[in-house]
Amino acid sequence: MIEHLPILQVIIPLLAAPICLILREARLVRWFTFIASALAFVNSILLLQQVQTQGTISYSLGGWDAPIGIEYRIDLLNAYLLILVTSISTLALLAAGPSLRKELSERKETYFYVAYLLCLTGLLGILATGDAFNVFVFLEISSLASYTMIAMGRDRRALWASYQYLIMGTIGATFILIGIGLMYMMTGTLNMYDLAERLPEVQQTKTVFTAFAFFVVGVCLKLALFPLHLWLPNAYAYAPSIATVFLAATATKVAIYVLLRFIFSVYGFEFSFSHLPLQEILVALGLMGVFAASIVAIYQDNVKRLFAYSSVAQIGYMILGLGVGSKTGLTATLLHLFNHALMKGAIFLALAGLIYRVGSVNLKAFSGLGKQMPWTMAAIVVGGLSLIGVPLTVGFVSKWYLVLALLESNWWPIAVLVLIGSLLAVIYVWRIVEVAYFRKAMQDSAPYKEAPLMILIPTWILVLANIYFGIDTGFTVGLSEQIAASLFEVAK
Amino acid sequence: MNFLEQYNYWIVIILMMSGFYIVIAHGNLIKKMIGLTVFQTSVFILYISMSKVTAGTAPILNEAYKVYSNPLPHVLILTAIVVGIATTALGLALVVRIKEAYGSVEEDLIQEKDLQQEGSE
Amino acid sequence: MLMGVYSLLTASFFVLMDAVDVAFTEAAVGAGISTILMVTVLSMAGRFENRQLHHPRIALFVVLITGVMLVYGTFDMPAFGDLNAPVQTHVAPYYLQQSAQDIDIPNVVTSVLASYRGFDTFGEVVVVFTAVIGVLAMLEFSRKPDTTGDEPAPMYQHKILRIVGKILIPPIMLFALYVQFHGEYGPGGGFQAGVIFAAAIILHAMLFGVESTRKAVSMPVVKVLAAVGVLIYGSVGVVAMLNGGRFLEYNALAENPITGQHVGIIIIELGVGITVATAMMLIFLTFARRVGKANGDSA
Repeated sequence: MIEHLPILQVIIPLLAAPICLILREARLVRWFTFIASALAFVNSILLLQQVQTQGTISYSLGGWDAPIGIEYRIDLLNAYLLILVTSISTLALLAAGPSLRKELSERKETYFYVAYLLCLTGLLGILATGDAFNVFVFLEISSLASYTMIAMGRDRRALWASYQYLIMGTIGATFILIGIGLMYMMTGTLNMYDLAERLPEVQQTKTVFTAFAFFVVGVCLKLALFPLHLWLPNAYAYAPSIATVFLAATATKVAIYVLLRFIFSVYGFEFSFSHLPLQEILVALGLMGVFAASIVAIYQDNVKRLFAYSSVAQIGYMILGLGVGSKTGLTATLLHLFNHALMKGAIFLALAGLIYRVGSVNLKAFSGLGKQMPWTMAAIVVGGLSLIGVPLTVGFVSKWYLVLALLESNWWPIAVLVLIGSLLAVIYVWRIVEVAYFRKAMQDSAPYKEAPLMILIPTWILVLANIYFGIDTGFTVGLSEQIAASLFEVAK
Repeated sequence: MNFLEQYNYWIVIILMMSGFYIVIAHGNLIKKMIGLTVFQTSVFILYISMSKVTAGTAPILNEAYKVYSNPLPHVLILTAIVVGIATTALGLALVVRIKEAYGSVEEDLIQEKDLQQEGSE
Repeated sequence: MLMGVYSLLTASFFVLMDAVDVAFTEAAVGAGISTILMVTVLSMAGRFENRQLHHPRIALFVVLITGVMLVYGTFDMPAFGDLNAPVQTHVAPYYLQQSAQDIDIPNVVTSVLASYRGFDTFGEVVVVFTAVIGVLAMLEFSRKPDTTGDEPAPMYQHKILRIVGKILIPPIMLFALYVQFHGEYGPGGGFQAGVIFAAAIILHAMLFGVESTRKAVSMPVVKVLAAVGVLIYGSVGVVAMLNGGRFLEYNALAENPITGQHVGIIIIELGVGITVATAMMLIFLTFARRVGKANGDSA
């Protein structure tokens, strides 16, 4: 059993999906999905333990060794992310029952869960594989499932958001396919580690350069780097709440993983950063993302969309960390991958609870909610503080490392800009706090009850995680530093 | 620079760019899907043309032939074709729903209606 | 319509490039399914578009840059048809030389697809499954009342079409089965077979009306079958694991590894065929019903 952990990680949700379709009845499907996700979570923990004791694991699918066959390759980096994705997935599913019942028609509920499992499968498949084309296939699985989930949102704008995401996402995927094709053309292999060995010979060719460029652009579309982020705000805003929780916390992180994997493990740090002015581009775009998105967020009346723009800004920070090009910078990015998932997971779950009771995410509807839904609003406040980067929250930890990295590399002005970015976050968080706590509730409606327990519990698990990991940073920081060190080592 | 030897790639690029252009420039949702399909198909041609060996034959083993073309890109493209049709099917399903909900499949009209809706919220 | 022609042209190109399996699939999928879906949607959305182009200059600029990048990339590419290109000298020769020993079937594409890179193909089946779920989730339940009822299909009037069509349907299905099981020896396999089988059903729908096809082909059963196809594929992998091998290691399925390979390949191809056939059927029938209602309303 132990030796099959890598593949079980992906097979469990994968096979659960068609079974759910056969089961049909919503109650059965809900439980089954939850169990599948929980098992995947347990699997990921076991995998991390295995990697920590045995080192990188390789699993040859079909019994054919790479590069003849497809290989699954688990090291610290993807083990870390596997835990992240599966934990968020399971927590979101706890809240899914009540939330979906309100937001979807009953007959569609089953389809949502199947799509959810397929999306989870896709994301896990991307993380676990060591084969470039396999990445493409599972990327499309997760993308198609995402388009489906988003389109199930109540508002008709969900349809339009999903369509735009489909168009942009497919262009990105096709660029990735072109990149893979060109890489294959010059080396004859699809296995990522084999590519790493063979690319140096053909490194100087224009074709490899083009391959890298197309691949990176394609991935950046998927991770919503400014200015390729246009699909994200509407997609997150109009999707069913649980879909937003899941996607916001995981999908873009997995895309960042792909970027990291190809920059460090396939192409090598030296090539990636010296050939193209990649460093400057990433830093510039990251910063622009932070500012542009944060400013737009301030003007949003739709709170879900506000936080969606906030996500674009946070992704900007992650890319900035990568762009610095140092171990500390990479550590900051890895930390923020995890921390942002905690932050946004908590916030969007709280919003799910809010929508359940209030029915709207317009800022006006928040008036006086501080008193009526104290737990929910408190969760949003803590999440907001984390976004700003207040000490004792996880947000502080990642920002700290980011600023440290910038100072280490003597990029003072940028460090200052990062701090200003945090101030912008203060503004949009304050807008919400002000309306919720300092305005009287709207007179005509009966007071709202607090969100249902099934939604509050996972919300507060994440909120407490925000605080816990903000104080006891051993696990996250230790692991991130280890991963960063190992990635830089391979790159030499 | 071997222009003549690489004419196949040139064809691919022209097709690809036409498809890409149609996707970005046209406002009609269905036209966009068509552009997307053309774009994707041209990538398939790219992969397949890289597998060809001059004087080779289809990779089905037979005692009469010695030289075969490369089967690996074929496999990849079969999968890519499937992915393409899956995307097309989903995209068109969305177009149907959008037409029902908005009454139009033109991007500008849809965006106008959205702005109106937001203004009144 | 042009899409159909374009697809057939692409398919012929593929044949010229020795990619017979791919040509087969492209013809079936592109000229077949894709075109049908587009035509269906067009019937609903209207054939004429608003002629204004959307930021044409920015679009042209982006396209030009991308095009130039690609051209730049071609400069160092290996020549077309070169025997010594990296793709021909690494990994691929193993398939061509060793597959006879490892798997013992003539069609190397099937060997690679079903065994060496069988996991990718599993992913492909999941993609098809995801697409069906998506289409069903979006189009299955319409709030409009069911007005299509027992109306005969437009084509019902054409006696010749009807009779010829009716005669053709069973042979098409038979051909699909042939393609399914002959895929190891010639071009073909689960995917192509599935599409052809679905084409037979679609033909039935075009001749006799969507509703009558829906009655003949029970939708809930078809949905279950789509899921079953994926599960069949997965269970082959699981059985291999239970027998001590890796996931999808067909060698572990029988005493003799070659037999194991054959058994594994036949069963997974069956899984592919079932899921693809049912998926295409479901997608078409769901589209047709939804669009039929939309058109029925506006008629």
